[in-house]
Amino acid sequence: MTAALSNDLVLAIPELILAIGAMALLLLGAFRGEGAAGLVNWAAVGVLALAAWATLAGTGEAPRLAFSRLFVVDDFARFMKLLVLLGAALTLPMARSFMARAGAERFEFGVLVLLATLGMLVMISANDLITLYVGLELQSLALYVLAAFLRDDAKSTEAGLKYFVLGALSSGMLLYGASLIYGFSGTTNFVDLAATLGHGDGTGPAIGVVVGIVFLSAGLAFKVSAVPFHMWTPDVYEGAPTPVTAFFAAAPKVAAMALFVRTMISPLGDLAPQWQQIIVFMAVASMLLGAFAAIGQSNLKRLLAYSSIGHVGYALVGLAAGGLQGVRGVLVYMAIYMVMTLGSFGCLLAMRRGGQMVERVDELGGLSRTNPMLAFVLAALMFSLAGIPPLAGFFAKYFVFVAAIDAGLVVLSVIGMLASVVSGFYYLRVVKVMYFDDAVGPLDRPIPLPVRLVVTASGLLTVLYFIVPAPLLVSAEAAAKSLMP
Amino acid sequence: MTIGLGHYLTVAAILFTLGIFGIFLNRKNVIIILMSIELMLLAVNLNLVAFSAALGDLAGQVFALLILTVAAGEAAIGLAILVVYIRNRGTIAVEDINLMKG
Repeated sequence: MTAALSNDLVLAIPELILAIGAMALLLLGAFRGEGAAGLVNWAAVGVLALAAWATLAGTGEAPRLAFSRLFVVDDFARFMKLLVLLGAALTLPMARSFMARAGAERFEFGVLVLLATLGMLVMISANDLITLYVGLELQSLALYVLAAFLRDDAKSTEAGLKYFVLGALSSGMLLYGASLIYGFSGTTNFVDLAATLGHGDGTGPAIGVVVGIVFLSAGLAFKVSAVPFHMWTPDVYEGAPTPVTAFFAAAPKVAAMALFVRTMISPLGDLAPQWQQIIVFMAVASMLLGAFAAIGQSNLKRLLAYSSIGHVGYALVGLAAGGLQGVRGVLVYMAIYMVMTLGSFGCLLAMRRGGQMVERVDELGGLSRTNPMLAFVLAALMFSLAGIPPLAGFFAKYFVFVAAIDAGLVVLSVIGMLASVVSGFYYLRVVKVMYFDDAVGPLDRPIPLPVRLVVTASGLLTVLYFIVPAPLLVSAEAAAKSLMP
Repeated sequence: MTIGLGHYLTVAAILFTLGIFGIFLNRKNVIIILMSIELMLLAVNLNLVAFSAALGDLAGQVFALLILTVAAGEAAIGLAILVVYIRNRGTIAVEDINLMKG
């Protein structure tokens, strides 16, 4: 083995761990049969933890390229990879009891989550349009299957089918954009793209490149579910099994946002005037739609889907602002958003009544009397999602808006703040139903231990974040710095 | 008349547009949607190969081969999801895919 190759492999150790782990667990499941589901699930958590540990190696070093510059490892990639691995590792244990009750305790679940996570890590480290596409597809193909995981459930399979059709459409648009960018700049590599597109001779980029950027951003907007490419989100979130929805809302969204930020800042950074308006439009539309469309929702999963569309809008405000501050804002936002959203879906997973999942808002009535702790955590998470200080969600919004105002996007920030006031309505409605409406009846007990742990941890992080905000800010700042040229 | 890059790009753009319209305007059958998706991906491949030949650069052809491979996997997964969907609903008419709305 040559020194160059072993050097490349060292940089890709987290990905290798996930790939080998997924293959090994697939074999284990195939040999042991259906009885291996529990074992595979916990082993998958172990593999994710191992990959997270490997990701930390070399933190703080300068960005390094591998595999003929197809792959990049920097602090930005490490930060986002850790978030994704954390999201996946928390979803797996929560899914166990749900899948057992649904009669779908199959070992493929853990393997598919591992493969999807591997795709996300490749996306985050992509330094070439080809790597970007392959990582994205590895992630998407595993996620389509996960959405349709309850194969005897009409809603779940319909969610899988919808996700597949619209996901394939978005991949097609992204590829078309990538082909145009390749054709009009002559390279697929991010480093070369930055060099080719950067030194303008005053005429600006070729029109083909601009059209390519539009298609590429449309494809990426699909993956982060930004308006106007959000239409799959509510249906897929509602139809997919709840633990899978939790996974969708946490890990792939963070990974897709990381890819979005890297593509816009690193190869296309010098074309900011070309893409900034696209991002501003998407941010405004997502924030407004997230705020207004959720008002009429009675299904909690649908409500959280619209809320996640809105939150992507706020994160895109940071990307529109650009620069060190803007990227730091996006990173902080995605980290806090992931904690909040995992907690909210954990609360959903904790609630069953008569063996049925509690999914409608009015079924939450009187939760403060029957389950005061759960009601308190869910209320804190709702306040935090609405962005009320001193909860974590307020700081997330604060940093992106400060970045936007510093970048001169005052109107955008004002619209964002107004949208967040409107969205307060439906978050507070959930709190009102829990605390002031008549009790519907007690929930089933006991709540599975992993769900209880995740809910408690995310509740604590959300409520107490303001005491020690520094670690997240410092690491996000370092990560953002590594992305800047 | 010599056939140049512009002609290839035009054909690819037409195929791509047909693919997108096939997904959105078709009200009958999900299989047609799968065919439209393939059409889009093939349009992209045509684009990449034409650019690759025009630029004298191999990366475009490598990209096209990778897309072909992934498209095969994508079609397999799409058909598998379609099979479980038919088992549950007994129909693949596009207008019947409406359990979730709002």
